[in-house]
Amino acid sequence: MNTNTTLLYIAIAFAAIAGPIFLPAYTQQFAVLWVMILMASTWDILGGQMGYNSLGNITFFGAGMYISAIIQIAMFYDVAEYTASFGAIKPEFTDQQYFTGLFLGIIGGGLGALILSMLFGLFMFGLRGPYFAIGTLGLAVAAGQLTGTIDYIGGGAGISMPFFPGDIEVRSMFFYGLCFVFAALAHFLLRWIYSTQFGLAINAIRDDEDKAEAMGIPTLIYKQIGWGIAAFFLGCIGAVFGNMVGFIEPVEVAFPTATFGIFMVAMALLGGKGTLWGPVLGAFLFHLIKETTWTYLLGWQWVALGLILIINIVYFQQGIMGWLQTKYPEMFGIIVDKSNTSDAEAK
Amino acid sequence: MLDNLMLLFVWAPVMNVQMILEGIFIGAVFALGAYGLALVWGVMNVKNLAQGDFIIMGGYLAFSCHQLGIHPLIALPIVMIAMFMYGWVVYLTIIKRVIDQDMFVSLLATFGLSLLMQQVMNLIYGPEVQIIDSHMPIYDAFDGFVTIPSVKILSLCLAASLALLVVLFMKKSRTGQAIRATAQDPRAARVMGIDTNRIYAFTFALNASICGAAGVLVSIIWVIQPFYGIVYSVRSFAIVTAAGLGNLPAVIGTGFGLGLIEQYTGIILGAEYQVAAAVVLLLAVLIWRQIQMRRNRQVVR
Repeated sequence: MNTNTTLLYIAIAFAAIAGPIFLPAYTQQFAVLWVMILMASTWDILGGQMGYNSLGNITFFGAGMYISAIIQIAMFYDVAEYTASFGAIKPEFTDQQYFTGLFLGIIGGGLGALILSMLFGLFMFGLRGPYFAIGTLGLAVAAGQLTGTIDYIGGGAGISMPFFPGDIEVRSMFFYGLCFVFAALAHFLLRWIYSTQFGLAINAIRDDEDKAEAMGIPTLIYKQIGWGIAAFFLGCIGAVFGNMVGFIEPVEVAFPTATFGIFMVAMALLGGKGTLWGPVLGAFLFHLIKETTWTYLLGWQWVALGLILIINIVYFQQGIMGWLQTKYPEMFGIIVDKSNTSDAEAK
Repeated sequence: MLDNLMLLFVWAPVMNVQMILEGIFIGAVFALGAYGLALVWGVMNVKNLAQGDFIIMGGYLAFSCHQLGIHPLIALPIVMIAMFMYGWVVYLTIIKRVIDQDMFVSLLATFGLSLLMQQVMNLIYGPEVQIIDSHMPIYDAFDGFVTIPSVKILSLCLAASLALLVVLFMKKSRTGQAIRATAQDPRAARVMGIDTNRIYAFTFALNASICGAAGVLVSIIWVIQPFYGIVYSVRSFAIVTAAGLGNLPAVIGTGFGLGLIEQYTGIILGAEYQVAAAVVLLLAVLIWRQIQMRRNRQVVR
């Protein structure tokens, strides 16, 4: 890690701590920003580094959310009874009960999503190219629709999560901290993993899967590990997000295919897929644009988002980091052999 | 669920007639949308996720015509021409630039388009569910157990004649031949003097026009709402994936099949499973294909 990167990390950590202290009204927005950074970064494991464009990663987000909700409630109450009352009965959770439930819920959400990704991976990874994208999109839509039909977990009406014991300021700071910690954990894990042989192997799968397999890379296992990492973090952050929002419901909050499900792809593409920092930068810019249009273009915000998505994909596909890489390759430690390019011939 | 099964097969088997008719009526619309998708997918290798929104847009155009006092039958050609022009514009602005890119890019670009279209329709027409009441007679059969609105029969005939027209156009006309040639080998077609760029634009516009016609039919026999488009897109994908690309009779057959499956899941399992049925069909086909393919995929150990 060179000095520039260290300085950048220190600056980001400082901004992350200073943000909610100086602008307490925006704490929730900052927390969502970290959620989005995590989503874009974990999408990039498959989408950018491995070449498997998933449109259904949001499935794990919702799965983690629901698993954590079930764990948190089932530890102390009967889930069916709790959901049947539609939030009319509010059982009191003691502080200790709440935090044990939350801790186990987040871990359980992550692990549950991990197991689900293993199961889905068994049949999904046989699909390639656009079929993988369509198949995973179908998975996410089906997950949302089917979750809405299970009465045990509240059906289409949803579940209201247990109350946070404590002040509203403490509550928002607490969840902000959780989102930040998970985003940072995911970032450093990815940073480390891209520098290992695993990173090389998944890049090989992206470049030519058949050749990678012929070279002796167990492609299915690598693909499942890649998706598993993404699923684990999405499950954890889903559990945190569910508790932060306080009310979960299948189509809009837990499995929002048309919003977060597509946003994570758009963010990674905006920043530049296949790079470590691209999704982070993309998520930051996207969130900024989204919040600005939400505030100043009320009613037209979705139109603006659709336009941004189209313009980004049609005219600016390589993303910011990709553009920088072709423009200033030296900055990224890429050595260009000038003797082979057309510039040299021109001279 | 058991009660519903008993109702269908033991107590009132005549209800099956109603279900099958409903399935066929709505399946015709699915088949039209899926045929347009298969056309675009096969000719230019673009996966149009905005397919459903084209259908809904056609429906809303017909709805506007209806408000102006134009009968849906006359509105049909107007909508088709309008959608044809719209499709051409969409091709020039968006599709043209993603056509030679990775297939995922076209998927995402059209997803963005779909988002844009549903929101603009939402702003113009509002999120309410709309229907065109064409005041046509409703026939009864089997002592009132089965009702057949004549407007649905009309829409089935329209869909059938439209499909026939398109098939004839593709087989006989000069442009149709050029489209098929481009689908087979764009390079060779260019060598033969076909302006492939124009053919692509025409194909996409034709698809939009077919979708527009399907939308008119949806608006007279069912309901339209700005956000219903994505369901039609998923259905079209399910049908085309299940039937296979270049297989036109299978696409139409699967369209009717999906219509029937949706009707039956709706009555047996409950209406909330009706949307899930199409998605589950898509997943089932994808998984089944892989089990079939597993034989061919053997690794030396």
